[in-house]
Amino acid sequence: MSLQIKELDRKEYLLPGHTACPGCPAAMGLRLLGKALGSNIILVIPASCATIIQGAFPKTSLTVPVINVPFASSAAIASGINGALGLQHKDVNVVVFAGDGGTGDIGLQALSGAAERGENILFICYDNEGYENTGIQRSCSTPYGAWTTTTIKGKQEKRKDIPSIIAAHGVPYVATASVSYPLDFIEKVRKSSKMKGLKYIHLHAPCPTGWRFPSEKTIEVGKLAVLTGTWILFEIEYGSFRLTGPSRFLLDKGKRRPVEEYLKAQGRFKHLNSEMIKRIVEEVESKWVEIKRL
Amino acid sequence: MLKVLSGNHSAAFGALLSRINFVAAYPITPQTQIIEKLAEFVDNGVLNAKYVRVESEHSAMAACVGASSVGARAFTASSSHGLIYMAEMAFWASASRLPIVMAISCRALGPPWNIGNEHTDILALRDSGWIQIFAESNQEVLDTVIQAYRIAEDERVLLPVMVGLDAFTLSHTSEPVELPNQETVDHFLPPRSDKPYLLSPENPFTFGNMSNPTEHMELRFMHHTALRDAKNVILEADKEWESLFGRSYGGLLDEFMCKDAEVVIVVIGASSGDAKEAAVVLRKEGIKAGVLRIRVIRPFPSEEVRNLLSRVKAVAVVDRDLSPGSGGILVSEVKSALYNLRCRPFVKGYIVGLGGRDVTVGDYLAIFRRTLKSYEEGDVQEDWFNLNLEVLEK
Repeated sequence: MSLQIKELDRKEYLLPGHTACPGCPAAMGLRLLGKALGSNIILVIPASCATIIQGAFPKTSLTVPVINVPFASSAAIASGINGALGLQHKDVNVVVFAGDGGTGDIGLQALSGAAERGENILFICYDNEGYENTGIQRSCSTPYGAWTTTTIKGKQEKRKDIPSIIAAHGVPYVATASVSYPLDFIEKVRKSSKMKGLKYIHLHAPCPTGWRFPSEKTIEVGKLAVLTGTWILFEIEYGSFRLTGPSRFLLDKGKRRPVEEYLKAQGRFKHLNSEMIKRIVEEVESKWVEIKRL
Repeated sequence: MLKVLSGNHSAAFGALLSRINFVAAYPITPQTQIIEKLAEFVDNGVLNAKYVRVESEHSAMAACVGASSVGARAFTASSSHGLIYMAEMAFWASASRLPIVMAISCRALGPPWNIGNEHTDILALRDSGWIQIFAESNQEVLDTVIQAYRIAEDERVLLPVMVGLDAFTLSHTSEPVELPNQETVDHFLPPRSDKPYLLSPENPFTFGNMSNPTEHMELRFMHHTALRDAKNVILEADKEWESLFGRSYGGLLDEFMCKDAEVVIVVIGASSGDAKEAAVVLRKEGIKAGVLRIRVIRPFPSEEVRNLLSRVKAVAVVDRDLSPGSGGILVSEVKSALYNLRCRPFVKGYIVGLGGRDVTVGDYLAIFRRTLKSYEEGDVQEDWFNLNLEVLEK
């Protein structure tokens, strides 16, 4: 029997009055993380939207202990916390909550080091596909074709596949998730938090501000990403791959909604011509071909 | 117990005796033996500590910040490029008010690659908000690492401490070092307290979130005053150390025959020993020479420097470092300390020994003499000592 929404903790760990933009997926991620793990947690947050969401000193919107850290350092800070707590025989969930830049660009070296050392931490990348906090600049995770303020004609390169990079380290757990499928995300957080070693969850986080869609559509856009097969939900548990959530039923191309529906829902793709759209559709398909081989 | 130790191993033994329980480190010449020795201590069960072999110096300091935030006594060591690479985290550590201790085997920066002795690396971080103490001997390295934890963890301070030692001159040179008795060290340095704040689910705080201009300046003021007032704690530590072990390093500065001197060399680090030897030679000739070794670079002992140098005729400040476009870093600190004196001594700056070039007793003799001559001639020109003109002409 899978998790039901009514079974979730009614307590809020991200308090109302936080300072995120309306419809912010990072705030949703933090809220769900609280409901998944409760208060026995130390949260490591590098420079990102999640820095802002906490609000300014002396106030904070998070009821759990948080350490704000420089951009490149989160996995290393978490390693230090984990190492010292281990020596004190304390069992606390050490969780990094980083953006895609803080994970796959500037944060990748420290994350790779922590993964290789098998640090007992849960690293969550909330992927809003760009530097949204600094005003929507391109990151390694910005998809091909997307407008940002530093790719005004659309990004020319395809995105970096961060989950595969982390999986190549042979860590016990790598998963993707989406804020639009909260129970799937919570189950992945809970399951992985019981494992020893570095666990990695890549949380798709559609950003109304940066992706140019109305703020009430975050969940809808996130669902479209999954249902069109553009964002695939899976987990790799001790090396064995499994599709999860709606993605389980999308191996057959015919079951997927057209990728164009996802693209059309966002202003950042409005300049795309048919050739660019074709490339995006082909890239989605080739990812599924890859998955079929697994 | 007397043991023959290199400067690097002295730092490692200092950390061992301090009962550190966390090390995160990344190798760089000439610091490597510090972290190798500590790895040996941990793997042989001599030291009960978590050792994280990180993938960079940035991560070394980051891991120390994480560990120290949850209450560990954290140690790392670095040098040169490693120190500059971790600079961001060094600033973060001090403003987080974490009592981390780091040994630095001071070395030149490239390009071109050079592993020789130079102080530009540690001095480049003089504004990072750390306490900086520079040793003269291997014994002082060991003693200072232990004192550093006592100073760092004092509730009046709560700041990280860098302990500087000269590359090779100390780091790779062995001398007899007295190992202090563990029981007495434990008395001098009790376990780290949980005060004032630890990162813990039992008592949740948010550390380091956004601040407004309405508070930021006050936070920096508190950091600045804690660092400035750490002088008293450093002096207390030195005094108690002397009463327990019979060794004092003068606290903030090490004054050698300065009281009646007409000419004084101001210097940092191991080569002050050679300067002292030169001063002794000159005293025999009837020239009243003295040496002032600056032991604590931050907080800079401005008042103490002023008091010692106010009656001196001529001062030579010897910099084994360079702030290109400005000159020696120490000379500018000394001049600024002396400026408000009604009657200031003559000050001449020397740039020496960059990239591991040797500086000898003979060189210090020449510097003393040249300074007296420059004083007579009113020549305040910065002096690049022993520049090889042939190399420049090529």
